[in-house]
Formats: sequence, C-alpha cells, structure tokens
Amino acid sequence: MKKIKYSEITPEKIYKNRRKFVKDLGLAAGSIFLSQNLITLANANIESEELKLTDYKYVTTYNNYYEFGTGKSDPVEKSQKFKTKPWDLVIDGEVEKPLKLSMEEIKTMFPSEERIYKLRCVEGWSMVIPWLGFPLNKILKKVSPTSKGKFVKFTSIFDPEQMFGQRFPILDWPYKEGLRIDEAMHDLTILVTGLYGKKLPNQNGSPLRLMVPWKYGFKSSKAIVNIKLVEKMPVSSWMKASPNEYGFYSNVNPTVDHPRWSQASERIIGGGIISPRIPTTMFNGYGDEVANLYTGMDLKKYFQ
Amino acid sequence: MKKYLKLSVFVLSSIPFLLISYKIFFNKLGPEPIKEITHFTGEWTLIFICLTLSMSPLKRFTNSIVWVSFRRMLGLFVFFYATLHLLTYVGLDYRFDWSPILDDVVKKKYIFIGFAAWLLLLPLVITSSQKMVLMLKNNWKKLHRLIYVIAIFGSLHYIWLSKTIFFKPLIYFIIIFVLLALRIKFKNGKMNYG
Repeated sequence: MKKIKYSEITPEKIYKNRRKFVKDLGLAAGSIFLSQNLITLANANIESEELKLTDYKYVTTYNNYYEFGTGKSDPVEKSQKFKTKPWDLVIDGEVEKPLKLSMEEIKTMFPSEERIYKLRCVEGWSMVIPWLGFPLNKILKKVSPTSKGKFVKFTSIFDPEQMFGQRFPILDWPYKEGLRIDEAMHDLTILVTGLYGKKLPNQNGSPLRLMVPWKYGFKSSKAIVNIKLVEKMPVSSWMKASPNEYGFYSNVNPTVDHPRWSQASERIIGGGIISPRIPTTMFNGYGDEVANLYTGMDLKKYFQ
Repeated sequence: MKKYLKLSVFVLSSIPFLLISYKIFFNKLGPEPIKEITHFTGEWTLIFICLTLSMSPLKRFTNSIVWVSFRRMLGLFVFFYATLHLLTYVGLDYRFDWSPILDDVVKKKYIFIGFAAWLLLLPLVITSSQKMVLMLKNNWKKLHRLIYVIAIFGSLHYIWLSKTIFFKPLIYFIIIFVLLALRIKFKNGKMNYG
C-alpha cells in the first residue's frame, strides 16, 4: 500500500497555513499543562483572530446537543434542570478489569488539567475552548483492554424524561460514537469535566464528555455513561442516520467536502459580521501529532 | 382605497428588512451573525414566494380581485429578499472569493438549485412592468409561470441544505406543493372555488 503523507494530499496553501497554526497553537497541541493564571499570558501571545479563546457566552449558548432540541440555543434553554448527580460511568467490554466509577471517584482519581483545543463542527464553524479534562488513556489503562479491544464505543445517557429530544427519532438514541483504540489512547484525546476553569455546563455535555480535537465535533460525545471496548468497528448514531454523510473516522479534512457543503473553510464563532472565514486545516491543525495514526490509509475513501 | 392597501402591503413587506437592518446595526445577531442573516433573508424569500402564490387562490376563495393587485409587488419582494440572500452569501460570507463560490455552485446541489432559482427570477423582474405585460401579451402569462419552478427550486434548496429532514423545510415544501396543486386542479375544472 502506498504511504500517503497528509502534506501531499493537502493543498500547499492550506498546508502552510496549518504549519503556522500548529506553531502558534503549540501550547495546546503539545498536551502541556496550563494553569489558569497562564491563560492570559497565552492569549497575549496569540495574534491571529482564529486563536483567540471563544467567549464563554458563546461556548455555552451555541451548542449542538439534539437530546435537548435541534436549535443551537435549545441546549442552554432546556438542559438546566438536567440531573447530573448521581452519575456512574461503566467501562467494560473487552477488558480484564471492568470498572464502575462515580463522577466523584473519577474526579479524585484523574485530576483535570487545562487544554486549549479548537473545536471544529462539521457544519463549518469553530470555537477555541479552554477545556478541563484528562487523557482518556488514563482511564483505559486502569481497565487493561485485551487484544480483542480494537475499538472503543461511547454511549451517552438515555433519559427521554429529562431529554425531550430523545422522544423523537431524530437519531438512534442513546447517542453512540466510537474511536479506534489507538485514537482513544492518543494523548490528545481527553475526557472533559469542565471548561473555562469551571464545572462543565449541562449544555456542553455535563458531567462527562469526550473531546477529540482533530475530528469533527459530533465525534465528541456528551453525557457519557458507558465506555465499551469492542472488537468490531461500532456504528455511531450519525453513521446510522446518514451513512453517506457521516463516516466513522470523521477527521477534519478541508479536501473532503461534506456531500452537501464544502469543508475548505470555516467561520469563527463570535467573530462578528466583519470577521472573515478562515481556511480549515488538515486534522484541525493537530496533524503533527495525529497524522501518523493514518499512514497508509486513504483519507478520501475513509471520508470524514 | 386600493392605493392605501397597496401602501400597507409595501410597508408590511419591508418590516423583515427593517428588522434585520436593526439587528445588524445594533449587533443583535448572536454568535453566527452571517449565518443568521443568510437564514433570515432565505426564509423570507420563501415566505414571499408562498404569499405571491397565494394571491390567485385567495381570489378564487374570496371572490375578490383585490388580491391580484398585490401580486406584482409581492413578487418583487421575492426578488428583493432573494437578492439580499445571495449577496449575503457571496459578499458577506465569501467576500467575493469566486473560486470557492463557483466550486459550490457546481458541486453542491442545494447551491446550484438556489442559484438557478435566483437566475430564473431575473426575466420575471425585467418583464414585471405594465408595459411589458401589454407587449408580451399571452407570452407574459406563460413566462411568469416560471414562479412555479422557482418555488419548487426554493423549497428543494431548503430541504437539501438541512442536516437531516427537519420540520421547517418540510412545512415550506408542503405549503408550496398545496399552493401549486390548487392551480392544477382548478385548471382541469374538477373543483369549483366559486
């Protein structure tokens, strides 16, 4: 099989931009712990518009969370009474030591650190968010996946009483997503417990969500209750809803269009009417860290 | 009397434009202002298409010809909002960067059909004057049936851009379908609206 470096499949202009982006964003990409006090400092070094942190107001009022409705402001309006206590996470499947952890246990066992990641939605917009979380691999190492655990399946909560969106067959509820084991073990992949130094708001997927910065936003499940190691590639809710539009990998890729719209550029949330689109970068700018996961894979075939 | 009615229709039809101008001016458009303007002008284009198409059926139902006198103005408002919609996309969103725009027109069916609908509006606008009506005679009527095609294109444009099948695009499709169906039945003389 011919090895394809993604620098070869990315137009030069975008590639160069990406280099600049990654360089600028080094603080985020290198999984560096960044204390709360350093945020202002980091901000001062960020010159370009695209690297400014998105306002807390927008991060917490402009969300896709169909469990609470399909409108962008539905999640903030309809999730405030959602109960996140008590909350248990079950990690099982192809593992030697299955685990059931309460949120309190998770928080004490895995201290959260700050990670500034760019979130790129498949719809063509992006935000830069200071997340609080810890690498998913820390939790996976605790359960010792067996050799059969080739994929990781994430299942979100099913609670149509509290989540009125689940009363409608918009998606195959509960929300399901998946990663390949190496993607799940990657240091950039985190489980999120907060943002902007605060507890994770309900509309952002409280109490526990995933964040995979080089993939489109929908891959990062919210309100997760089960992490299951499986042998076969899981079918995600979006794959089931529209298989020709949403693939399993769904890596951010400006050269592969969504069947109905272009992915070459994106709008920055909160930029206002004067802020121009910015070119979308391969792997959302995290190529240096993750491109090697896909060597030899035809990223056009494994679209998105 | 008719003059005042027409003036009120004009004022009412301008309200969405005034509203969006106010929101732009006072920065009340939220996190994605350009998308907001695009959706707003797009939806009002569809609403005006529905209104334009409602005038003839209303004439039948109410036995009053007053409705028909609003048709031209409503039709011109379709063009007005459609052009704002197009300009938002081309100018505000893509900053007249033609290569991605052309790429979209060719590759994305919802953009292709939306753009086609706007192009089809042009001959209708050009021939909208009373003078043109007299000049084109019977052909004028035939030409202006293009609005049926434009309406279908417009509703498909909305359906195809939606992420999954959602409520609103379907509602517009159904309204337009019904408005068009009313005409077919009437022409065949199978129903009597008198």
